[in-house]
Amino acid sequence: MTGGGGEKLLEMKGVAGWRGGRLLFEGFDLSLGPGEAAMVTGPNGIGKSSLLRIAAGLLPARAGTVARADAALADESLALEPRRTLGAALAFWARLDGVSAVPGMEAMGIAHLAEVPVRMLSTGQRKRAALARVLACNAPLWLLDEPANGLDTEGRERLEKGMAAHRIRGGAILLATHQPLALPDCARVTLA
Amino acid sequence: MTALIARELRLAAGGGAAFLPLVFFLLVATLFPFAVGPDGPLLARTGGGALWMAALLAALLPVDRLVEPDLASGTLDQLALRGISEEVIALAKLAGHWLSFGPLLMLAAFPAAALMGLPEPVLWRLELGLLVGTPGLAALTLGVAAITASLRRSGALAGLLILPLAVPLLIFGAGLVERGTENGALQLLAAASLLLVAGAPFAAGAAIRAGRE
Repeated sequence: MTGGGGEKLLEMKGVAGWRGGRLLFEGFDLSLGPGEAAMVTGPNGIGKSSLLRIAAGLLPARAGTVARADAALADESLALEPRRTLGAALAFWARLDGVSAVPGMEAMGIAHLAEVPVRMLSTGQRKRAALARVLACNAPLWLLDEPANGLDTEGRERLEKGMAAHRIRGGAILLATHQPLALPDCARVTLA
Repeated sequence: MTALIARELRLAAGGGAAFLPLVFFLLVATLFPFAVGPDGPLLARTGGGALWMAALLAALLPVDRLVEPDLASGTLDQLALRGISEEVIALAKLAGHWLSFGPLLMLAAFPAAALMGLPEPVLWRLELGLLVGTPGLAALTLGVAAITASLRRSGALAGLLILPLAVPLLIFGAGLVERGTENGALQLLAAASLLLVAGAPFAAGAAIRAGRE
């Protein structure tokens, strides 16, 4: 499910972001093709998460246009049923995506937690679960909001490996982070 | 769609809350005769209305867990990303909510009617009314749940929003029980219920979209 050659997976033109009646940024341009990645940095509250939500289509852009391919989002909300086991909770989303949840869980090193209820997981394990959902799906565009938060070194390495594999397959990544993450040849975007 | 409805039923059944509407309904049916006194004819006359009120309040019980947890956990965002419209989500929630309490209430109406001493024709009119009216109650609860989902401590507001809109269902439902099917109560109950069922997915979908910050 990779994008066709040269076709853009994300195209943002002149986008302005508002939150709570305040202008966060305006005139934001970004375009990502297959294999490309962009890392958004900037101080807290500058609008990185809003930018990702606008790219996802969850927030309307105050101005400008956004066009994107199918996207997968990992942000601070887990969106897994707390009482179900991790395997079953991830399988619900995998079924909607028409894939299996297992490869994603294996890639993030949480396959052995499949029988553990989601509410018993630690912060880092929850983060890995949210990323496993992204890794498992076929969406060509990944939107990752602080994906390294709460991850240990080993988890971060797994994430970096997953991102590299996704780009080789022709996917694109838009990532907002404060943590140092290896994302070779990525465009650096600083919101200020 | 089936996966979404199944998920709603799973959530409704989880955490021991599955039988809460049922228990509440039977509780009212048990307590009402004690409050009114052992006056058979009076009970038979007022029992149907009391059971309708119990059904209304039982349908309202899960108003705070229908939409808000999914909004807070990001589930609604993830569904939207997968191209599932808010209206479809709302429709699945409506179906799931009704399935989780409607059939149970209709079953519970049998012992409840016995406790009130309702005669058999009255019981069947109550069952018919519940069958037609509970989807409307479910739709109303869903709509208000979606509207209040992004507000904090919205319980009181939810009650204020629901009660006036529930009045037609209550009037026609109780009227059907009391006076029978000849006076058009059934048709009016069905019309009120249909209006709510048809409108709720759109209202709830729009409310979910507007609730995103």
